[in-house]
Amino acid sequence: MSAKTLTRMDLSEAVFREVGLSRNESAELVESVLHHMSEALVRGETVKISSFGTFNVRDKSARIGRNPKTGEEVPIHPRRVLTFRPSHLMKDRVAAGNKR
Amino acid sequence: MIRSELIQKIAEENPHLYQRDVERIVNTIFEEIIEAMAEGNRVELRGFGAFSVKSRDARIGRNPRTGEAVQVEAKCVPFFKTGKLLRDRLNGGTS
Repeated sequence: MSAKTLTRMDLSEAVFREVGLSRNESAELVESVLHHMSEALVRGETVKISSFGTFNVRDKSARIGRNPKTGEEVPIHPRRVLTFRPSHLMKDRVAAGNKR
Repeated sequence: MIRSELIQKIAEENPHLYQRDVERIVNTIFEEIIEAMAEGNRVELRGFGAFSVKSRDARIGRNPRTGEAVQVEAKCVPFFKTGKLLRDRLNGGTS
C-alpha cells in the first residue's frame, strides 16, 4: 500500500458528499474551520476537539543550540511551539488501521 | 476552544445553514483526517500543518508502578507537524 497525501481539496470533497453544499461553499467551510482553530492558537488558547485530539501552545525558553554540521554554537531565541496530542480514539484507529 | 465552540463560530458566520448541518460539516472534516491516517495516508493542510503516521518499533516497556518489564509491540502512531505559516504566526509573524 503506497501512502497518499490528502489536501484541503479532499476534505472539502468529503464535506460536499456529506452535506450536499456546493463545492465552493464546502471549500470555504474547510478553510473557515482551519482559520478559527489557527486564530485561537495564535491567541494562545488550547484547542480541544473531543475524540480527535488537543492542540496546545507551549512556551520554550531560550537555549544555546549547535549547528550539527559546523559545530558552531548559535543562540535559539525563546519561542512558542504548537504540540498536538492525539485522542485515544485517534491513536486506536491509527494503530488498528496500520497493523502489519 | 472546544469542538462545540468551533461549531458555534461557524454557525454564526453561516446563518443560512442549520446548526445540525454545521455539526456534520465539522465532524466530517475531523473524521476524514482520522480515516486518512487509519489508511496510512498523510493529510497536508498548507499553512496549518500536516498529519502523518509514524511507526514505532517494538520495545521492552516497564510498568511504572510495579517496575515489571512488559513487551510492547510495534505500532503506528499519529503525528502532527505544525505548518510554517502557523509556526511563524505563533511567534508574532505577519498575517
